[in-house]
Amino acid sequence: MAIDSKIPAGPIDTKWKTYKSTCKLVNPANKRQLEIIVVGTGLAGASAAASLGEMGYKVKAFCFQDSPRRAHSIAAQGGINAAKNYQNDGDSTYRLFYDTIKGGDYRSREGNVHRLAEVSVNIIDQCVAQGVPFAREYGGLLSNRSFGGTQVQRTFYAAGQTGQQLLIGAYQALERQVALGTVEMYARHEMLEVVKIDGKARGIIARNLITGELERHFGHAVLLCTGGYGNVFYLSTNAMGSNVTAAWKAHRQGAYFGNPCFTQIHPTCIPVSGDHQSKLTLMSESLRNDGRIWVPKKQGDNRSPKEIKEEERDYYLERRYPAFGNLVPRDVASRAAKERCDAGYGVGSSKMAVYLDFAAAIERYGKIEAGKQGKPDMGKEAIIALGKDVVKEKYGNLFDMYAKITGDNPYEVPMRIYPAVHYTMGGLWVDYELMTSVPNLYALGEANFSDHGANRLGASALMQGLADGYFVIPYTLGNNLADDIRTKAIPTDHPAFVAAEKEVSDRIDRMMNIKGKESVESFHKRLGKIMWDKCGMARNAKGLEEAIKEIQALRKEFWSNVRIPGEVKEFNPELDKAGRVADFLELGELMCKDALHREESCGGHFREESQTPDGEAERNDEKFMYVAAWEFKGDSNYVLHKEELNYEVVHPSARSYK
Amino acid sequence: MQHYTMNLTLKVWRQRNSKMKGHFETFQVKDISSEMSFLEMFDVLNEQLVAEGKDPIAFDHDCREGICGSCSMHINGRAHGPWDQTTTCQLHMREYKNGDTIVVEPWRADSFPVIRDLVVDRSSFDRIIAAGGYVSVNTGNAVDANSLPIEKQRADESFAAASCIGCGACVAACPNTSAMLFVSAKIAHLALLPQGGPERKVRAVNMVQQMDTEGFGSCTNIGACEAECPKGISLENIARLNREFVGAMFSGSPQG
Amino acid sequence: MNWKNYFSTSIGKKILVGATGLFLILFLVVHCYVNAMIFWCDGGKHFTEAAAFMGGNVAVRILEIGLFAGLLLHIIQGLMLWSQNSKRRSVKYEVSAGNKTSKWYSRSMGLLGTLILLFLVLHMYHFWAPNRYGQAFDAGWKEEDLYDKMVIVFSELWVVVVYVLGCFSLSWHLVHGFYSGFQTFGLTTHKYKSVIRSIGVAFAILIPLIFASMPVYLHYISSYQQ
Repeated sequence: MAIDSKIPAGPIDTKWKTYKSTCKLVNPANKRQLEIIVVGTGLAGASAAASLGEMGYKVKAFCFQDSPRRAHSIAAQGGINAAKNYQNDGDSTYRLFYDTIKGGDYRSREGNVHRLAEVSVNIIDQCVAQGVPFAREYGGLLSNRSFGGTQVQRTFYAAGQTGQQLLIGAYQALERQVALGTVEMYARHEMLEVVKIDGKARGIIARNLITGELERHFGHAVLLCTGGYGNVFYLSTNAMGSNVTAAWKAHRQGAYFGNPCFTQIHPTCIPVSGDHQSKLTLMSESLRNDGRIWVPKKQGDNRSPKEIKEEERDYYLERRYPAFGNLVPRDVASRAAKERCDAGYGVGSSKMAVYLDFAAAIERYGKIEAGKQGKPDMGKEAIIALGKDVVKEKYGNLFDMYAKITGDNPYEVPMRIYPAVHYTMGGLWVDYELMTSVPNLYALGEANFSDHGANRLGASALMQGLADGYFVIPYTLGNNLADDIRTKAIPTDHPAFVAAEKEVSDRIDRMMNIKGKESVESFHKRLGKIMWDKCGMARNAKGLEEAIKEIQALRKEFWSNVRIPGEVKEFNPELDKAGRVADFLELGELMCKDALHREESCGGHFREESQTPDGEAERNDEKFMYVAAWEFKGDSNYVLHKEELNYEVVHPSARSYK
Repeated sequence: MQHYTMNLTLKVWRQRNSKMKGHFETFQVKDISSEMSFLEMFDVLNEQLVAEGKDPIAFDHDCREGICGSCSMHINGRAHGPWDQTTTCQLHMREYKNGDTIVVEPWRADSFPVIRDLVVDRSSFDRIIAAGGYVSVNTGNAVDANSLPIEKQRADESFAAASCIGCGACVAACPNTSAMLFVSAKIAHLALLPQGGPERKVRAVNMVQQMDTEGFGSCTNIGACEAECPKGISLENIARLNREFVGAMFSGSPQG
Repeated sequence: MNWKNYFSTSIGKKILVGATGLFLILFLVVHCYVNAMIFWCDGGKHFTEAAAFMGGNVAVRILEIGLFAGLLLHIIQGLMLWSQNSKRRSVKYEVSAGNKTSKWYSRSMGLLGTLILLFLVLHMYHFWAPNRYGQAFDAGWKEEDLYDKMVIVFSELWVVVVYVLGCFSLSWHLVHGFYSGFQTFGLTTHKYKSVIRSIGVAFAILIPLIFASMPVYLHYISSYQQ
């Protein structure tokens, strides 16, 4: 089957405008008859549910957390991009579009990305109108900062809690619709199956996590806004509950999975401290604006960082990439850190860390402050104290978090950082309208694959989630549902619902009845280790082939030896987790298969066989300039469909940050 | 930082569901690393329980980086444990030493009924927000973001209030189980911004009424909430809520 | 919402407690000022004049009705809040934070208030009731000689002890109550809160101290007279 991405014809900057003015509409009276299911209440889900509710659709929203406000979008720290050009530094819709295409290493769709850049400005307006307290200048206008991979200041932020503030904005809009009765909220509910009738998605089976009961919910359309699957690596910056289950169920029901191997490894995370580690914590990329990354020039140098003199330090990013220095994109910075550590220059007790040093920034800011106060020669200590205050104002909450986790004081000792799994560019394949290959089933936000290609630039995830929810789906959903207004709500005793529920309940029973010896957690850890070692920052054919076999074996073991305590019909977090890990055990295999077939390096996907003589990633546009969309055909059986990428505007070139 | 390991005695509240009565159960955990977080110590305990064929202890947690507001343990008498401005997930075991006994309880308030063990139902907070904790602006209605300058100090204050994570520690810590700190943080966040202006009065009244309906106690300005808030939300916000409410009371329209 | 609805919200109720509390604080100032006349050491001359003025003034008499209404409201609302709030945590904590997160007196306003109430019953039995009764039935709307009465009442050591304890309760009640009243009206902004806090503490120490020194002083006078 050929893949149709439904990109509108015409010049790049009119595609979306034309689409909006020619798409079909649903009149208000009909909207009231149309029921929409939104799964997930992060930025994409909450904004979509709120917007659709405002438009008059009957919406049901689901989240597995105890409140929609807890979705993991809340943890995004750094900021959100928008082509406002408030700083007069040469930004424009085109430049944001271009940076995103280039940052994604030419593996994303031009049409989608341009639309994203276009609506980025509306997002900021909308959020400010909702009362999102972005950082401001003394003149009262919005402040911006720069972020990795770009040379303009286009990132809007609220201290180190931008995701929280944006999500709270969307959550409040959602709760407003709940109060108005247009949205019905189902918290502590997990979607466990998509129900298809006549080939179209018409509802879901959800489990009430408090009572353990299965519920059937009908919808004319189903929107999956369920985030990424980084937790397949066990250790990641994702929340403990983040999972692939909803997306995976959709995949099994026929939705293609796009570029599953494209994973973003974030360069600035707090390093692993031991086997007990349950998750990794990100230190915002914004720290790289002021921090300098280095390792000792001598291998295995065990001295404390303060004893290592300036000339004995290797500021390897500044050395290798003079044009962008510490601000190179995430994939580049991560690989460079791994290269240094693998070569034996790592620091800390595990030797799997590099320094992120603020001493220079503290001194620089201190001098500026001293100058402002008219006392430029106030003495070094006083200057350092002033500098620390400035750094505290900018990054205080991040420094506090670092101190709490590590017990070290980052104002005195350089931070130790190491890359960690952060974001998955891959996800359910969707067309321009965000519809998956199953009609009436949509995927928004991180759950889809669409906008970031092989590598996402900093501060773009929040932008995409909100773009999809606030400004894209309200149009594209109507365009499709306009043909569906004659479909009456289907009663949930329809055989398709009954069968789907039975499927889910059988699977749960099968899992509960294994009564083996090993905990869910242990299986998850073992899977994570395989994935990180063989499908992590660097991949090769041999490792991936091994990984596929190991995962298949592990999956078998899981289904014969997992132990799940408790009952089905009660609050049972172990059971919830078991279902999620079971899905990760299938996804992991597909990720490795995808990584194996893509014999090139691009973005976050680094194949060791494909690199330049100086160790940079080498792309192969001839063979791999396509989206890999995988169709599920049965256990371990996936068929590859290729969506060729056509670059009409940007001309792919070697991505250089030197 | 010097790292060490420790053995601990844990006294943890067990309660099968909201209808059954709860009780304390005592556990021993061994070789806990000082580098673990408090919840990772619970992970170790739960793995131990699963291995023994027992039910693990249910507790709410998600982001484990102090921002989602899920985690909610009352540790040795303190909401989120002894560290200042720290959520349970960010509390680390270097706080404790070998041989310590730690008592862990759920948030206790009648308006936060226990669901299981240490998990409580905080949906009342969502209903309070639904009563008015928003700016009524539909998607697409907005004007240019910079068309309305906001004094930096006000914006910063608003942000400080908006950084509430809705964890409920304020209620857990308050001898009256009052939710005023939570409500006031939202009121202050929006009242400090011009965008929140048009609905200020009706918002204050509706949110307070919902708070009462949910059965939270009233605020008697004790201040335990502020002391335990992991995000440092200030009592000044409660003063502001009171001011907003009094303003609505004496100048609001008859409808609200 | 109508007025009744406003006042039946949790904040509305507290506004009543706060407003009456602040009103009672004003009363304390006047009461303290008049009674402090005894320190002229003139055998109660100044004091008696002031007391007669207060006792014989129609405006003050009318205000007194307001005072009692306020006092009653303060007591009833305060006790109701106390009892309602104490019922909202059916299962108590095994370990509580105690003084680590709040001050004992701010958690004990109900208890301190009750102690003050008990003291007030005795206090009114000693002075207010006989005086008003006397005014109405014996002296033809004239003040009793309250100074003499005080000297007699405070000649008993146990009474002095009870009064001092009453003032002690009042002091702790005020340390929290003064600030709390302003907080309830939202006046404790960033700019003013430390000033209000300091004035509150000073007030809570000073006024009860002056009050407490009265029975002590009169007890000394009475023993001197004997």
